[in-house]
Amino acid sequence: MVDITKVYTTGDVELRALDGVSLHVEEREFVAIMGTSGSGKSTLMNIVGCLDRPTTGTYELAGRHVSGMSKDELAEVRGHFLGFVFQQFNLLARTSAIENVELPLVYAGTPSRERRKRAIAALERVGLGHRLEHHPNQLSGGQQQRVAIARAIVNNPKVILADEPTGALDSRTSVEVMALFQELSDQGITIVVVTHEPDIASYASRVVAMKDGRIQSDERQVPRRAVSQSGAAE
Amino acid sequence: MNFLQTLRVALRAIFRNKLRAFLTTLGIVIGVAAVIAMMAIGAGAKAQVEQAFAAMGTNLLIIQPGSSSASGVRGGFGSQPTLTWDDFAAIRDEVPSVRAAAPMLRSSLPVISEEQNWTTSVTGTSPDYFDVRTWPIDQGASFTQSDIDSGAKVVVLGATVVEKLYGPNASCVGSFVRIGNIPFQVVGVAAKKGQSATGQDYDDAAFVPYTTFAQKVQGGLGKYLHGSIMVAAESAAATTRAQSDISALLRERHHLTRADDDDFQLRNLSEIASAQQQGTDTMTTLLASVAAVSLFVGGIGIMNIMLVSVTERTREIGIRMAVGAKPKHILAQFLIEALSLSTAGGFIGVGLGVGVATWLAGKFHWPMLIQPDVITVSVGFSALVGIVFGLYPARKASQLDPIDALRFE
Repeated sequence: MVDITKVYTTGDVELRALDGVSLHVEEREFVAIMGTSGSGKSTLMNIVGCLDRPTTGTYELAGRHVSGMSKDELAEVRGHFLGFVFQQFNLLARTSAIENVELPLVYAGTPSRERRKRAIAALERVGLGHRLEHHPNQLSGGQQQRVAIARAIVNNPKVILADEPTGALDSRTSVEVMALFQELSDQGITIVVVTHEPDIASYASRVVAMKDGRIQSDERQVPRRAVSQSGAAE
Repeated sequence: MNFLQTLRVALRAIFRNKLRAFLTTLGIVIGVAAVIAMMAIGAGAKAQVEQAFAAMGTNLLIIQPGSSSASGVRGGFGSQPTLTWDDFAAIRDEVPSVRAAAPMLRSSLPVISEEQNWTTSVTGTSPDYFDVRTWPIDQGASFTQSDIDSGAKVVVLGATVVEKLYGPNASCVGSFVRIGNIPFQVVGVAAKKGQSATGQDYDDAAFVPYTTFAQKVQGGLGKYLHGSIMVAAESAAATTRAQSDISALLRERHHLTRADDDDFQLRNLSEIASAQQQGTDTMTTLLASVAAVSLFVGGIGIMNIMLVSVTERTREIGIRMAVGAKPKHILAQFLIEALSLSTAGGFIGVGLGVGVATWLAGKFHWPMLIQPDVITVSVGFSALVGIVFGLYPARKASQLDPIDALRFE
């Protein structure tokens, strides 16, 4: 469902962050994009996430050409097709978990009753049904990331994009988060995870390795099953 | 995302920084309070001038005799008697636009009762004077035409004089006072009239028949009228016509040719009052522009703090954009935040301004005048300030690139 060919240049000096990358991601795939810092994986992620536009090349998402879209259209695509999970969680501070999760629905124009219902459902899905009114600073890192995942799934996206989702977590909570992603993948959501840890990539069904703005390898694998210790995934 | 949700987000952002929000709005608060207070003070002062104006009469003309000129030294108006008693009769009887006219022979004299004395302005006049001034007699009655004819020694006292001689609310009609050394019987007390536009007390006066005044004070009633004439025109609108009619009549009677200057002076009292009113208007305008500058400065304060706020919350903007906020959502959020700040400042300013105006009105005994449209305009203006000065920071926020915003530390 994603077909990308793009050359991306940035800065005063022409910097080829992505140099002719072509990638096709199928629906329901669990893709890990690997690479060291500076390999272009985050740039690729930003373009896939419609946060950035390629300098050249075309990008199609669910049959729609994204490359030529206006800012408003990109925002709409982000709001309806995509969910984001970031390394630093990026939750709104001093805002309760449920309100953070409601945020995408607010911009999608969902009526407030339904918004609340769906936000509660999303939080229950990540095992945080009992933490609705907690603020991010009252939650642990793993819990914050699960709030962020709840926010990413609340609008029933086609794709979830996670940029180093476990970067700020210890290994135990990392496994919990990956278990959650696997579960979402099983439910039919396409997942793209950017990481530099091979351990994390091993949970994916396909690993794309990047170096210097190019794809180095692209392999399918049998994913290692993550076992959630807290039972949050079930 | 509807307006109410945006408003809630904006208000929450404001309440997170209560002190900062308060300090930011202070400029607007002071500006609006100044506008409200100044307009109220201006309107109060104006009303006071108008009151004085109404007490004086809007249709009055004063005719004074001309000046003398002897070996190059020119005396002021009234230094040479040029008005005759016949002139007075002619003005009173022959000019159709004149409703009433009365002579005014004036001197400052001590008035002595049995217990007290008080020096006041004693006016020799006719009973018509009270008609000219539309000044009712409170106790007793005015002297009459027969008192004029006989040169009776009777007096009408002003309220202040009664108070000074007999104490407040005393009844003195029928008692005797001495003016100079001559005993006069009090026949009436004029109703309280208040102050003139220049602060002179109208009630500090005593009135006697002009014939008596001329004989006892001025040493005889001759051809010339040693004083001035006060004229009431038919109406305020007829005042200008009466002025030119009287001028023409007097020039004819005094056989003045086209080349000659008037040998009398005609003063229209409404002109004096309107000049004074203009003064208050100028003052009000000046103060209002100072207030407008303060509003402008307040607007800059809001813009400044909104720019800080946008920078501080760059990451938040990035998050909102990542989950589907369009530039217009971000624009609306920050614009409404600026608008809320400035409008809140406007309302606080109105409260403060009304308070200050009430306090000042109480202190200076002014009528309290706050026009609702001034409140509407100043709140509206502060809202406008919020929009104008909030637009740039809000636009800046909405044009942020989501990636840069998310990466911002």
